[in-house]
Amino acid sequence: MIVLEGKAVFEGVAIGKLSVYKKKEQMVKREKVTDSAAQIKRYEDARQMAAAQLQALYDKAVKEVGEASAEIFEAHQFMVEDGDYIDSVENIINTECVNAEYAVAKTGDNFRQMFLDMDDEYFRGRAADIKDITERIINCLMGAGDGGVESDEPVIVVADDLAPSETVQMDKDKILSFVTVHGSANSHTSILAKTMNIPAIIGCDIPLTDEMDGQLAVVDGFEGKVYINPEPQVLEEKKKIAAKEQEKKALLELLKGKDNVTLDGQRINIYANIGNTKDLALVLKNDAGGIGLFRSEFIYLGSDDYPTEEEQFAIYKQVVQTMAGKKVIIRTLDIGADKQADYFELPKEENPALGLRAIRICLTRPEIFKTQLRAILRASAYGKAAIMFPMIISVGEVKKIKEIVAAVKEELDNEGLAYDKDIELGVMIETPAAVMIAEDLAKEVDFFSVGTNDLTQYTLAIDRQNQTLDEFYDSHHPAILKMLKMIVDGAHKGGAWAGICGELGSDLSLTKEFLAMGFDELSVSPGRILPLRKAVLETNVSEYKKEKGYI
Amino acid sequence: MVNFEYTIKDVHGIHARPATDLFKMTKNYQSVVRVAKGDKEVPFKGVMGIMSLGAKQGDTVKFSFDGPDEEAEMAAVKEFIEANL
Repeated sequence: MIVLEGKAVFEGVAIGKLSVYKKKEQMVKREKVTDSAAQIKRYEDARQMAAAQLQALYDKAVKEVGEASAEIFEAHQFMVEDGDYIDSVENIINTECVNAEYAVAKTGDNFRQMFLDMDDEYFRGRAADIKDITERIINCLMGAGDGGVESDEPVIVVADDLAPSETVQMDKDKILSFVTVHGSANSHTSILAKTMNIPAIIGCDIPLTDEMDGQLAVVDGFEGKVYINPEPQVLEEKKKIAAKEQEKKALLELLKGKDNVTLDGQRINIYANIGNTKDLALVLKNDAGGIGLFRSEFIYLGSDDYPTEEEQFAIYKQVVQTMAGKKVIIRTLDIGADKQADYFELPKEENPALGLRAIRICLTRPEIFKTQLRAILRASAYGKAAIMFPMIISVGEVKKIKEIVAAVKEELDNEGLAYDKDIELGVMIETPAAVMIAEDLAKEVDFFSVGTNDLTQYTLAIDRQNQTLDEFYDSHHPAILKMLKMIVDGAHKGGAWAGICGELGSDLSLTKEFLAMGFDELSVSPGRILPLRKAVLETNVSEYKKEKGYI
Repeated sequence: MVNFEYTIKDVHGIHARPATDLFKMTKNYQSVVRVAKGDKEVPFKGVMGIMSLGAKQGDTVKFSFDGPDEEAEMAAVKEFIEANL
């Protein structure tokens, strides 16, 4: 048994034979030609063929892995048709009187080198794209097909590195996993592996020899290890893990793409809670209808100084674009209490849970608040964003917030910066005060989302951090359930929709109750989405209401 | 000929996506567009040339336009990069 380590980019366990991916390396020879015009014509034809292939790959990738991941092929298409690149190839053919293959290879090398020489990692990364399109055009010129996996059974693909065009062309049913020697966690290959839902390991020093071909191996994407010729007990153990994963996947496949609708036709939105852009892959994998809570704190907590508008904008834009038109509810800064950032220089407090936190910081330091609002509003031009404000206790606060939002919008208008003019505004309901005035709050905003953790802490007067109080803590306390009902009713009377984004939302023993109360949305951690969808699909709300004597 | 200067605000600089979108847009106009950063100037005939400038956040680039619709093209380019870069 050989055990190799690498960096796992997607979890899961795959067991199967290794297949070493061989690139069709094209040997390009420099040949003198007399008829340059004929070579230019050959180049034009090859270019068109390459562009057509990329268009087909784009269409395929949109269907298989979604538009965000497919964009790379559109970008490649533009590179193939790039005026600078074309000029260079034609110039080499004309001045050196050489064959088109050579002119393309040389142009590709020149452009690649130019990008490799840049001091910015992003631009250096583009060198790989140039190499990919250059090889594609040369293949078209030489009439060669793409390299590929030659196997009748599903295999673990082993390669030095894989270009996006290579991974998308592979027959997905034949791939159990990817193991590459090179590649980065943000490379297109990793992203594709994630969207394909298969374990992948990169940066693994696996020998790409013929002897490796056909060897039995286990790829463990939890540990980031590859076991070649595993010992029987290792194989047994991994098989068990793989079977469990398979069960989960089956549930996922079964429930993916289904509407969240009860047996008697009541609909509810199921969204995801995320605390970082890293969670986006899981959001897509679990088929969330949107993001119901994007905690923006990580941007502040992971920084030594106030994050700039541009830093924040780039992050929000990425999330909004990735969700491609699905709703993304961004909660504004919620620090204070248990979440502290030193540079805020917040005063030490006797009782931080009841102290200067969340919206209270934003309203006392409007400049920090405005920076965040500008960034969110600008990102809203790229998809469907919504803004949610935490720790609200009064209508006055909401009015103040709306004035600030209006002022920021006016600034953006004056600067000619785009944003979604109809962006939804909502508040978190996490204080008993907000519950009591729910209807009045609802008249001011578009939606509510209940933060059940804080609401329970404030209602039961039990410190969340204090474990010795666990025996007194009851997340199903009748007071909380009554409040939840009041919140939904208040929201609907005031013309807002209501959701839950706290822990309680994923408590499956309450799903029927939430549906009966009339909640419009539940936002839960990505891994809880499909089990929750299953519970919704199996519920008959009107029967449940009769049973409980609600009607 | 008309021109304008712009300081890049986007953290990623002039990267593939906006460069591609910008290039698509300029195809609707006829003027000759050139882009410069410092001493280096390239004709805007595709995304590679403009990306080869390696313009990053904080860098100033100069766009120049020469042709029958230069004013209109400059206005369109300006609007695009102010919103996206």
